Amino acid sequence: MARPTVTDWATDFDHLDPAWVNDPFPIWDDMRRKCPIAHTDRFMGVYFPTRYQDVRAVAYDTVHFSSRRVVVRETPPPRIPAPPITSDPPEHRPARMVLLPPFTPDAIKKLEPRARALANELIDKFAGRGSADAAVEYSQEIPARLIAHMLGLPEADGDLYRRWIKMVLVDGITDVSVALQAAGEMHQYFMGYAQQRMEKPGDDLISYLVNIKSNGQPLSTENVIGTLRLLLIAGIDTTWSGIGSCIWHLATHPEDRRRLVREPALMATAVEEFLRAYAPVTMAREVIKETTINGCTFKPGEMVLLSFPAANRDPSMFEDADKVIIDRKENRHAAFGLGIHRCIGSNLARMELTVAVEELLKRIPEFSLAGPVTWSEGTVRGPRQLPIKF
Amino acid sequence: MPDRATLKVRVNRDKCQGHNRCKALAPELFELDEYGNAHEIGDGAVPAGLEEKAYLAKSNCPEFAVEIIEE
Repeated sequence: MARPTVTDWATDFDHLDPAWVNDPFPIWDDMRRKCPIAHTDRFMGVYFPTRYQDVRAVAYDTVHFSSRRVVVRETPPPRIPAPPITSDPPEHRPARMVLLPPFTPDAIKKLEPRARALANELIDKFAGRGSADAAVEYSQEIPARLIAHMLGLPEADGDLYRRWIKMVLVDGITDVSVALQAAGEMHQYFMGYAQQRMEKPGDDLISYLVNIKSNGQPLSTENVIGTLRLLLIAGIDTTWSGIGSCIWHLATHPEDRRRLVREPALMATAVEEFLRAYAPVTMAREVIKETTINGCTFKPGEMVLLSFPAANRDPSMFEDADKVIIDRKENRHAAFGLGIHRCIGSNLARMELTVAVEELLKRIPEFSLAGPVTWSEGTVRGPRQLPIKF
Repeated sequence: MPDRATLKVRVNRDKCQGHNRCKALAPELFELDEYGNAHEIGDGAVPAGLEEKAYLAKSNCPEFAVEIIEE
């Protein structure tokens, strides 16, 4: 659908505009210099801070900025709670605490062998062909199947998850009924499994959630289903985009790719740098009380796009912010958010990114782009078509 | 950077959000609780040779939660 042309990025920006979707970085750099907190009347009013310090200030301020809406949509839907990401203090902390133990580095480490095997199964399918769509055939499959594996669900249901994600995060931005339909379908899907795992618990995340106690009380069904919805939505699209961006970078920067093959010990800093430079996730907040940050007054009822990707490109925070430096030593990036809503899946995402890049480089060390790349629009940024040849 | 072991690391528990950067960069100096939040090992004293890791942990913490005390 064609959107009205943007007349001025500082006062009329549109994060669904094709120019923004294809290459947002020059737009953000320009905003950061001229009007560090931009605003648009589109989407019923949205602010867009581009400086690290301002993004940080909003992320830390739970008094004026609420998480009850975390996606900017053309028309706000009735709230679809997905605790703890949509929770504010004081409800946030207990909802988060119960979810943390299955996502610690030690817990995630146990999933690594499955992730490596999965990556190789996917590569097996296209290795002999000399070409692949690295977004469709590789990047998106890894998180979808690994989340299914964690939840104790059929890995083949990944197709179903991707459909819901598109409905919530892409089509649902301009047509709320689609997002609501997806929420309803997910509810039904998870209800069945939740019931089943309550009766017959297994060694999976759904069983963990239906049997855990918070303050001596089991979680309400609504809470369990909302949390499962969150894990599905937040755990797949984001990592898929992150992996895709890594591969896009390596396809277009042969010197970095060859260096990583030669010096695999650089993988840890490289992954952090890819996370900084191509942070996939832009969150949102709803202004609930008027406040002023850096000279800009935020009006209640309007939204804020909380662009960790823009913060990560702020030259006042990062030296050579516009350059990808795979051995960057100091990297205080905000790809997983700042403050109480730090991405709960960050350890999982880092493991998936590392495994996906390592296994691909082991099997296919030389590759390049084979055609046009398309990028996702909306809350999560990453390649959706990424043709490579090798 | 001082080359004698006169440094101590400390994680500000109120600021830590469990990004796990310090533990990943300096597992000799930091450990995690069951929720994935970090604290310094023991009294946080940095043994000789680990000073650089201590500073890396500090300069990679997204929440500015890692402190280094020079005694």
